[in-house]
Amino acid sequence: MKHLRQLEDQSVYILREAYKHFDNLAMLWSMGKDSTVLLWLARKAFFGHVPFPLLHVDTSYKIPAMIEYRDRLAREWRLNLVVGQNKEALAAGMNHTMGRVVCCTALKTNGLKQLLEHKGYTGVILGVRADEEGTRAKERYFSPRDKHGDWDFRDQPPELWDQYKTTFPPGTHIRIHPLLDWTEINIWEYIKFENIPFIDLYLDKGDGTRYRSLGCAPCTTPIKSTAKTVDEIIEELRHTTVAERSGRAQDEGRGMELLRKDGYM
Amino acid sequence: MTTTKPSENLNIVIVGHVDHGKSTLLGRLYADTGSLPDGKLEKVQAICKQQGKEFEYAFLFDAFLEEQEQGITIDTARTFFMWKGRQYIIIDAPGHKEFLKNMISGAARAEAALLLIDALEGVKEQSKKHGYLLSLLGVRQFAVVVNKMDLVGYRQDVFDGIEKEYREFLGQFKAVPLQFIPVSAKLGDNIANRSEQMPWYTGATVLETLGGFQKEAARSEQPLRMPVQDVYKFDARRIITGRIAAGHLKVGDHLVFSPSNKRANIRTVEAFNIEPQPTEGQAGQSIGVTLDDQIFVERGEIASHQEHLPSVSTAFRANLFWLGKRPLEKERKYLLRVATKEVDCEVASIHRIIDTMDLAQQQGSNTVNKNQVAELTLRTKTPVAFDLSASFEATGRFVLVDEYDIAGGGIITELVHDDQEFLREEARRRDFAWVKGEVTVEDRAQQYGHRAAVVLITGGRHTGKSFLARKLEGRLVADGRHAYLLDGENLRRGLDADLSEEERGETTEMARRYGEVARLLTDTGLIVVSTTNPFGLAYQEAAQAIRTLVHPAPVIAVHMSKTEEEPPPNTDVALSGPTDFDGATARILDELKRRGVLAQAIGAKPVFQYSI
Repeated sequence: MKHLRQLEDQSVYILREAYKHFDNLAMLWSMGKDSTVLLWLARKAFFGHVPFPLLHVDTSYKIPAMIEYRDRLAREWRLNLVVGQNKEALAAGMNHTMGRVVCCTALKTNGLKQLLEHKGYTGVILGVRADEEGTRAKERYFSPRDKHGDWDFRDQPPELWDQYKTTFPPGTHIRIHPLLDWTEINIWEYIKFENIPFIDLYLDKGDGTRYRSLGCAPCTTPIKSTAKTVDEIIEELRHTTVAERSGRAQDEGRGMELLRKDGYM
Repeated sequence: MTTTKPSENLNIVIVGHVDHGKSTLLGRLYADTGSLPDGKLEKVQAICKQQGKEFEYAFLFDAFLEEQEQGITIDTARTFFMWKGRQYIIIDAPGHKEFLKNMISGAARAEAALLLIDALEGVKEQSKKHGYLLSLLGVRQFAVVVNKMDLVGYRQDVFDGIEKEYREFLGQFKAVPLQFIPVSAKLGDNIANRSEQMPWYTGATVLETLGGFQKEAARSEQPLRMPVQDVYKFDARRIITGRIAAGHLKVGDHLVFSPSNKRANIRTVEAFNIEPQPTEGQAGQSIGVTLDDQIFVERGEIASHQEHLPSVSTAFRANLFWLGKRPLEKERKYLLRVATKEVDCEVASIHRIIDTMDLAQQQGSNTVNKNQVAELTLRTKTPVAFDLSASFEATGRFVLVDEYDIAGGGIITELVHDDQEFLREEARRRDFAWVKGEVTVEDRAQQYGHRAAVVLITGGRHTGKSFLARKLEGRLVADGRHAYLLDGENLRRGLDADLSEEERGETTEMARRYGEVARLLTDTGLIVVSTTNPFGLAYQEAAQAIRTLVHPAPVIAVHMSKTEEEPPPNTDVALSGPTDFDGATARILDELKRRGVLAQAIGAKPVFQYSI
């Protein structure tokens, strides 16, 4: 498991850089496998402590089991949990039938932007991985966002060795991506290796399906799978040629490109 | 072929001139190793059809639609594929001239590289630049892929000519490629399968070459280098964290922190969720240790063993590549970052610009433009610990930050001796042999409610230095601080009585003795208030010597002048004209608070951010 320790060392280094350089730092936690591994790595980096708030942008359409899991871990690990919600959009009846990009933009991108603006966070740690989809493969570990939270992928600052972009003009913020080099298999290997608690929606509970990627209930569909344990998930992933996010409706067409340019996670 | 996704990763960067076929090569590697996810091929084919163009392997890797319209890769992108028990993370770095920074960002992360050359075009400027930069960035493992062999009729003489020319160029800076491979990415020759068109080539295919790349050699056998990343006190433990850049350490080891010369033994190695608790660490690991002595160390210092210390100086010579939006300028100030140390620096001199086309050297420039490589000397505001890049990679390289952005990077080639070298060596020897009592610096700071420091008032004659020093001492003591006025006159007739008249006229020995007395006083936890009066007009030289000798205790430099003159470098508080002495005292107190010597309010628990 040497490669997992190497990935861990790199992520821990990035987390500590983030904590050192950003006074107003927060971590996004969607309760999915990636951001939960990220949360675990924070406990590694800070020796059992999580010295910044965890943000959850609640669309109100999440699968209920995810909220229960969130509240349980927040209690057990003494997390400073901050929940944000675009209440205005929800009051106006926003949902996925208005268009997936429209709904994701309103409830997730804008929900996140409102939360960041309201709390004044200048550093936000996210669990995105390069192998998930094309636009995330272009990310830096420390990725600047402008005053509107937008991402200029054409003009990204250089990132050399272990030196990251930690200074930025007022009004802008930096997205920090400690999991960029991890693959989906690495995530599951690490969950097993460290025995990290995860939501059982990722496992087949007898009906021959499981979730491979978790999002909002209406826009996430389970995959056909009989993987009932982490070992079986890893074995399945070693042989699959199906894209991880194939069950995520927002990825269709140029959905993710449009979303991420405007500041989607 | 089944693709079983393995656990070992290797980061590979593919660099080459735009249009030399990087994306096509990647598309080929993906297709020929069966690594494409279901649906990806169909998705790209559908987009091609929609846009009315023929499908190409290259399109698979151009994730953004806009890029496909332009036909070039815009930014460093990572893709993954599997081959024989290993997962390759391919960093696709664009070769466009204006996108050099992305290529450099990509290559800086890579463990090995494939360098692409177009057989039809031969060795171009970009190929030379890329080869040189790979070497500068520390990518020692690489192979040269000569693509589009189909367009030159698969001729061996074309390939041999390119190999000869490029090998000669690389040889000038001692870069040796593992392999030169003639390929056609478009037609699949020598990518995964041996080419039938080029029976004259018997070397490895691209895939075989990838398989021959080694995981980065562990640097555990080198002497220890652990740059301090941060110091945590979330609970009862005071944990020094850092990533071990070279060597190894274990519980009980005696660590020296440079440049402060602080020393202590490792008491524990701390970790979360690892049973049993580790007792050692080695190169590559991000770790945390506790020490047996509560010394103050701070981010930027380098921990090592006493037998193999890093260099310490305020100047070094380096090779640098510049990526900044505006040119690098001589005498302009930049933020220097070496490992975890951040310090203001200035470009002392630009020795030459290196033309990467023929490695000829252009002399006498005052600026380095974007995408140029230069040899220069940097001078830092305070001493920095570092190594030469030839001996230690991670502590021998640096970046420069211009305004908000990392604008350049480089490797340290030579230590430049500064005028403080002898005093620094004296301080190091003296600190290593320093005999301590049971009372720690931390104990004294807690007891006194402040840290030790030197307030040094400089300036010309009759500017009111002595008057201000007395006033400040009085105010500090009235506030309940432990302060002492160290007047040079008291040394002149006592400690310096053995010096000849001539020696007393020179600054060097007087300043040394003065600095050593100040060092003793700061060790008692005092705030030493002093002036450079005894040194007359040589106050700058004296101030520098005192700084070196009391290091790492903070020196707050206060400069007084009768007119609006430019204060000397490193001045913290500049006072000019007829001075309001109460206002001046208040400003110095504010500076002491800002520097973490005094707590923000009397009686408040001090939060110390600087080491002493």
